[in-house]
Amino acid sequence: MSAEDQSAPREPSGHEQSVVVHDRGAAVEQTDAFENPGLPPHRPRQTDLHPHKERRAERQVVGWFLLSMLGSVLAIVAYIAVPIELGNMASVRANNLFLGLAIALALLGIGIGAMHWARQLMSSHEVVEERHLTRGSEPSRARAVEIFQLGDEESGFSRRSLIRNTLIGAIALVPLPAVILFRDLAPAQDAVEAIAHTMWRPGMRLALDPSGAPIKATDVTQGSAFHVIPEPLTEIGHNEGYLDQKALAAVLLVRLPPERLFEEPGREGWSYDGIVAYSKICTHVGCPVALYEQQTHHLLCPCHQSTFDVSHHAKVVFGPAKRALPQLPITVDDEGYLVAQRDFTEPIGASFFERLHHVDPEHVPLSAAETENRA
Amino acid sequence: MTTTAPRPSFTSQASNYLDERTSISTMVAALGRKVFPDHWSFMLGEIILYSFVAILLSGTFLTFFFEPSMTAVHYDGSYVPLKGVEMSAAYASTLDLSFDIRGGLLMRQVHHWSALLFIAAIGLHMLRVFFTGAFRKPREINWVVGFILFILALAEGFTGYSLPDDLLSGNGLAIINGMIKGIPLVGTWISYLLFGGIFPGDDIVPRLFVLHIMLLPALVIAFIGVHLVLMVVNKHTQFAGPGKTNDNVVGAPIMPLFAAKAGSFFFIVFGFLVAIGSTFTILPVWDFGPYDPSPVSAGTQPDWYIGFADGALRLAPGLESEIFGLTLSWNILLPIAVLGLFIVLVMFYPFIEAWITKDQREHHIAERPRNNPTRTAIGAAGVWFYAVLWAAASSDLIATHFHLNVFQVTWALQAALILGTIIVYWITKRTAIALQKKDREILLHGFESGNIRRLPGGEYVEVHEQLDEYQSWKLKAYESYAPVMVRPNANGKITPATHLRSAMSRWFFEDRIEPITRSEIEASKHHD
Repeated sequence: MSAEDQSAPREPSGHEQSVVVHDRGAAVEQTDAFENPGLPPHRPRQTDLHPHKERRAERQVVGWFLLSMLGSVLAIVAYIAVPIELGNMASVRANNLFLGLAIALALLGIGIGAMHWARQLMSSHEVVEERHLTRGSEPSRARAVEIFQLGDEESGFSRRSLIRNTLIGAIALVPLPAVILFRDLAPAQDAVEAIAHTMWRPGMRLALDPSGAPIKATDVTQGSAFHVIPEPLTEIGHNEGYLDQKALAAVLLVRLPPERLFEEPGREGWSYDGIVAYSKICTHVGCPVALYEQQTHHLLCPCHQSTFDVSHHAKVVFGPAKRALPQLPITVDDEGYLVAQRDFTEPIGASFFERLHHVDPEHVPLSAAETENRA
Repeated sequence: MTTTAPRPSFTSQASNYLDERTSISTMVAALGRKVFPDHWSFMLGEIILYSFVAILLSGTFLTFFFEPSMTAVHYDGSYVPLKGVEMSAAYASTLDLSFDIRGGLLMRQVHHWSALLFIAAIGLHMLRVFFTGAFRKPREINWVVGFILFILALAEGFTGYSLPDDLLSGNGLAIINGMIKGIPLVGTWISYLLFGGIFPGDDIVPRLFVLHIMLLPALVIAFIGVHLVLMVVNKHTQFAGPGKTNDNVVGAPIMPLFAAKAGSFFFIVFGFLVAIGSTFTILPVWDFGPYDPSPVSAGTQPDWYIGFADGALRLAPGLESEIFGLTLSWNILLPIAVLGLFIVLVMFYPFIEAWITKDQREHHIAERPRNNPTRTAIGAAGVWFYAVLWAAASSDLIATHFHLNVFQVTWALQAALILGTIIVYWITKRTAIALQKKDREILLHGFESGNIRRLPGGEYVEVHEQLDEYQSWKLKAYESYAPVMVRPNANGKITPATHLRSAMSRWFFEDRIEPITRSEIEASKHHD
């Protein structure tokens, strides 16, 4: 075992690698450093000194291994004796608990027993192994260089540069078909077009989520918030894109006292008798904005706390969202049911690069003074 | 190789059979008595490996029952509250796995707990390697390999979390969808292709399933292989100690002690995970219901290891700009950029430090964190930065549990992210230097023995005792670096890189405590 200071310069010690002396860079050379005192004397364990303790440790190890066997048997017993009875949640819990604890005992018995064996009974003498530099020995490095030179000569890789360069070009091009193949991961439609519009159409009734019952304006009491879907959505099956359409068209409906409702000039006709409807999908990253605070008329997104003021066209008052929630223009039909006047005037949900191309000419943006007024 | 004994034992015959076909004796001879040093922190890497084995075993069981399909079915299992509800086959099979298969819930919970331990142990292992400088030459490449494993583990975690197609996991995917859409130029299309049309579509679960059980595990296994081979080639680092030098390894040989300890530790880790899986519920997906884009409950959170990304989204300012009719979502791009920069800095740190010191030697002694104050302070600041982002993912829960205003909690976390990182850097650096000074003090004047003596003159003094040679070695054995001067290169020019390196080395090494020398100790003895 070497006792030299780890920081002292490497002494050439006969090993052929030691000829390599690496630059120490900015490390301060220590000329006056201490010597490594070498390994301290070995300290025997109790089990090394007292035969009865050694025998006891042996019994303990055996005990743990026996416990492990017991655990394995118990696990099989639990699997059969504590079955899951259909519909009985307590039996699920009991099966999980007893089966799991028995398997844990089987595993821990082996682990703890073997660890005890290793720590108490196996030789505890420390072993010292010399390190060598990671780099290969000089002969193998020289041989490696030689092999590459031979490979180059025999193949003509450097010499026949035209062959080499065309090969590199061919290899560079060969992954391209693989990239192209991925186009059909999604249908042939235009990606931007697909998310730019929702299924809301003029005269489409607003219905309760998830029952699909249409909503009468007179049913919407002041301060209440309704989770709304387009009435025809319920006719779409779960395997025909129900969730996809719902993710675009989900709306939150609120009735505010007229004196609390601020309306942007141009949007007065978008509400009905104090009832306003906004997209429920957050303009930040698209979580459903589902928490309505009746007192403040604030809508809070539970994902990242973007907060929208429903009394001011759902403008952002706090959080990482930048844009107000898109408003769904609504009115009532002959029977007094709430209906959409049209689709949203701008794309709903998280912003995307091409979003502005799909803002409808009839869209009425909020005035700058309104949008800048953050909490 | 054949034994000359008249009746060779079964073992020797079997060994001979194997060796004549595999040359396995060469490997045993080379590695059988390879030495592994002993320190509790070296166990963290083992926990990663063993929890990964638990993940593979429990996960394989799950694949026998899980149906990676988003086809809608009417649930008809034994969980009464969801009976008859329309849901994806993925969610229904997760419920069946939990409630109708004996041991199914156990395996699901063991799988999830193992995944959490896997990622937690990776984090701690990385911190151990960072703070002890165990990434230095010749281990820089293995640091990068380990870092890639960390990223793969996060990807495994996220893809796995998304598979049950419950309300929470679907909501997590909605957030990912929104983030992808925020990427300029390609975001809308990437989201469209990933989800196979508009979100949520019916392709994402089977696609993530293939990544989760095939592509990512194959990569993890491959990189673990590379990581372990490099560890064997480079040998393990060890802490400075008497008899332990940069040129040797002191510890337990693989055969038998290290193999016994490592093997038994595998069973302990696995047994521990099964015990937790049988006693503690994790992610009760049946409580959340199937995914639906409309409802979401308050207090939704991702699994903790994704928290830092979610927290970054929460703390970002609400900025977007509209240029030439195109939208740039800074509220998404900014957090992605900050996290990207943070991650890249972690990955390249070994190369940055190597460039500053230009130390070409191999380093096999794990440094005590105090002996490299600037690195330790950078690490602590990084931990703080990560921790604040992580805490921010629970900003709403912090607010409700402590009856605070969620807006104020967010502002406080924003301040803590920027200012706190600077403060933690400074405190850690001063603490490390103070600890180095304390080490010097102990070497020069001994430690306080607690033994108070009364001198003949009536004065009370505390007797100081000296450490013995073995105890004191740990305090003496380290190296320090000095700042490098700006010097012109061979062409007589001073390049900007030279200026930068000099400035960085001043930042790193200007405040430093040199290791104690023999003459200093001699001088202090004469002084006494």
